[in-house]
Amino acid sequence: MPTLVEAQKDILVPPSPPVHPGGDGGGDDPGSSFPISKGQLGVWILLTAIIMLFAGLSSAYIVLRGVPAWQNIELPSLLWPNTAILLMSSVAIEISRRAVRRGDIQSMKRWLAAGGVLGVAFLAGQLAAWRQLVNAGVYLPSTLQSSFFYILSGLHGLHLMGGVIALSWVLSRALKNRLSASNHEPLKLCALYWHVMDALWIYLFLLLLLS
Amino acid sequence: MSESHAAEHSHHEMGFLHKYIFSTDHKIIGVQYLITAMAMAIVGGLLSMLMRYQLAWPTSMSPLMAKIFPVAYAGNIMEPGFYISLVTMHGTLMVFFLFTAVLTGGFGNFLIPLQIGARDMAFPFLNALSYWIFLVSCVVIFSALFVTAGAPMGGWTAYAPLSAVPTAAPGQGTGMTLWITAIALFSASGLMGGLNYITTILTMRTKGLSMMRLPLTQWSLLVTATLGLLAFPVLLGAAILLTFDRIGGTSFFVPAGLIIGSMPLDHSGGHPLLWQHLFWFFGHPEVYIVILPAMGMASDILSTFCRKPIFSYKMMIYSMVAISVLSFIVWGHHMFVSGMNPFLGSVFTLTTLLIAVPSAVKTFNWLGTVWGARIRFTTPALFAIGFVSMFVSGGLSGIFLGTSALDIQLQDTYFVVAHFHLVMAIAPLFAAFAGLYFWFPKMFGRFMNETLGKIHFWFTFIGVYCVFFPMHILGIGGQMRRVYDPTAYLFLQPQQPLNVFISLAAFVLGSAQLIFLFNFFVSIFAGKRALENNPWHATTLEWTTPCPPGHGNFGEELPTVHRWPFDFSVPGEKEDFIPQDVPATVTAKH
Repeated sequence: MPTLVEAQKDILVPPSPPVHPGGDGGGDDPGSSFPISKGQLGVWILLTAIIMLFAGLSSAYIVLRGVPAWQNIELPSLLWPNTAILLMSSVAIEISRRAVRRGDIQSMKRWLAAGGVLGVAFLAGQLAAWRQLVNAGVYLPSTLQSSFFYILSGLHGLHLMGGVIALSWVLSRALKNRLSASNHEPLKLCALYWHVMDALWIYLFLLLLLS
Repeated sequence: MSESHAAEHSHHEMGFLHKYIFSTDHKIIGVQYLITAMAMAIVGGLLSMLMRYQLAWPTSMSPLMAKIFPVAYAGNIMEPGFYISLVTMHGTLMVFFLFTAVLTGGFGNFLIPLQIGARDMAFPFLNALSYWIFLVSCVVIFSALFVTAGAPMGGWTAYAPLSAVPTAAPGQGTGMTLWITAIALFSASGLMGGLNYITTILTMRTKGLSMMRLPLTQWSLLVTATLGLLAFPVLLGAAILLTFDRIGGTSFFVPAGLIIGSMPLDHSGGHPLLWQHLFWFFGHPEVYIVILPAMGMASDILSTFCRKPIFSYKMMIYSMVAISVLSFIVWGHHMFVSGMNPFLGSVFTLTTLLIAVPSAVKTFNWLGTVWGARIRFTTPALFAIGFVSMFVSGGLSGIFLGTSALDIQLQDTYFVVAHFHLVMAIAPLFAAFAGLYFWFPKMFGRFMNETLGKIHFWFTFIGVYCVFFPMHILGIGGQMRRVYDPTAYLFLQPQQPLNVFISLAAFVLGSAQLIFLFNFFVSIFAGKRALENNPWHATTLEWTTPCPPGHGNFGEELPTVHRWPFDFSVPGEKEDFIPQDVPATVTAKH
């Protein structure tokens, strides 16, 4: 038999938070009062791992920059417009996220699609930048910096490609009208991932630029 | 999934394939990890037996082995290169595919939802995927043993440029490629697992189970998953650079002017030490990824069989967190002889010795738990006590090795081999055995045989001390870590009887594990049935479920937690334990 004190304690336990929309459908959301949803925490953990991957690679970059054999390459000029395109894609996705919060479904779909197209344009632009470098006779093994350039931009591109795939999935859900003002966690998670990939590219670009 | 839906689920009958093979149930995945890791341990263990035979009788003829490995035993004597492959494969299999997999993959998967009162992991599909990728990585690393040119020879640390140049040694071609592939797959699988562990523990605890009411096993798994999350991506990054050095012609780790087999290499300007920095930035946290879950499990098991609360629960948690933070700033102690600035060496010595403080806190607390207790000497209790013994024996030599001035003498000798085997292999092994004997009824609904368990314990306990303690003496006497034939060196010859003794002890130790394997597999089908939910009179939530728990773990309703996990021998209570889901009364205060 619970005592009076215990009974009061049980009353004080807050009710279970509402099921998070767009989660994996798992109800059973128990009493743990963690402030963000499973999905959000999952994406943050994934992002932490990605950030550690690039932290490891950039520490290697910084160490090797000090060796006598280091030679700077001329970075392809296309990187500038590419960076602008990526920034614009982030802005588009952000507009889309804000639109769905207001309940403006049409605007959400439009801007989400725009964000995806810009993302693909960025990836195509990065390939063109590689082409530019190859035409200049700078290959993967040419110098330490060129090796790093191809690997860092390639890995970033792969991660952004993952973002494009996720975004297409979110877009397909949006087109089936399965996202709404109260239920759009996939879009939120996708936007979060995208913005971090955007910031990551700017960091990498600066790292490569400021040698 | 609503409560009633979940209950329906628990009665839902599934086919064999869906239930036991392609399952997303965390309990099945946990057992899959466990058994796969045991298979890898058997392979790794057999390799170590070959090594011990070679070290005791380096020049004896082995026509039998020559029949099994005609290339490696050409002329009836083991080839030196094969010995180095054995070292590499034994280390890799044991560190990654046994210990990392069994403690976090096996016990983590099995215990997390059960101990926090959840029906499954946060992302069950990802969890199953994590196991299947792990299995593929096991197949890849296992196949590296059968490459015609030879298995990888770079050691489990895969130092560059040996690992970066495929032509450097026979095993460094395909063998090394398989090694890198396996490690990359393993990292990906570990990331999926870790993502699940952290998310599940943080967001899916049942009502009333605050962080400060978590069993120490759960705390240790949370801290471990966080370490893995921060450390494995760095290894993966290093492996990517290494791969490009091997196949893309880049020169990250290959210095200029390297000549192999009188052929100068094309590479220029890389930095071999960079690999060591990146590897050990991962590698040192990795040893804590192995030891922390062992600590957590041993703490909970010790407390259960001492019938006493763990001594200083909060300090146990804080010390785990302190160890894991410090683990990221000590990697240089693996590199004292790499030519680093002596001042930097002193800094790494300082940070390394700091780890002794939280480690000593933990040891003190275990002793405080055991102190004055009426211990129930069951097999899991014996192994948990054995864990503390191994951790102390192995940990103390760590203080010697962490001191740069001493390490310069002891680096790459058998003293190091003795140290790391006791502290990061045998100690976790004992905790894993403790966990297996303890949770076996929960996993399979039956007990393992206690008598066989105790025989297994004493053979193992005495066996490991006979194997690893004399290695300290060998090491101080100068025996090199990866030496293939100690008798080839005049100054090592007087020590050779000790090598023979160690090998004989190792064979006994290895054979004693057959008792365990027999006990384990026979008990699954024919062990004594576990009829009650809570045969050990433990307090944590997994013991409120049947043995084994059904799909969905708990009945219609998830349990509510009212107290911490260590309410043993509460004064004034009839029973000497109070499970976590028993409501608080006036006498019990936690």
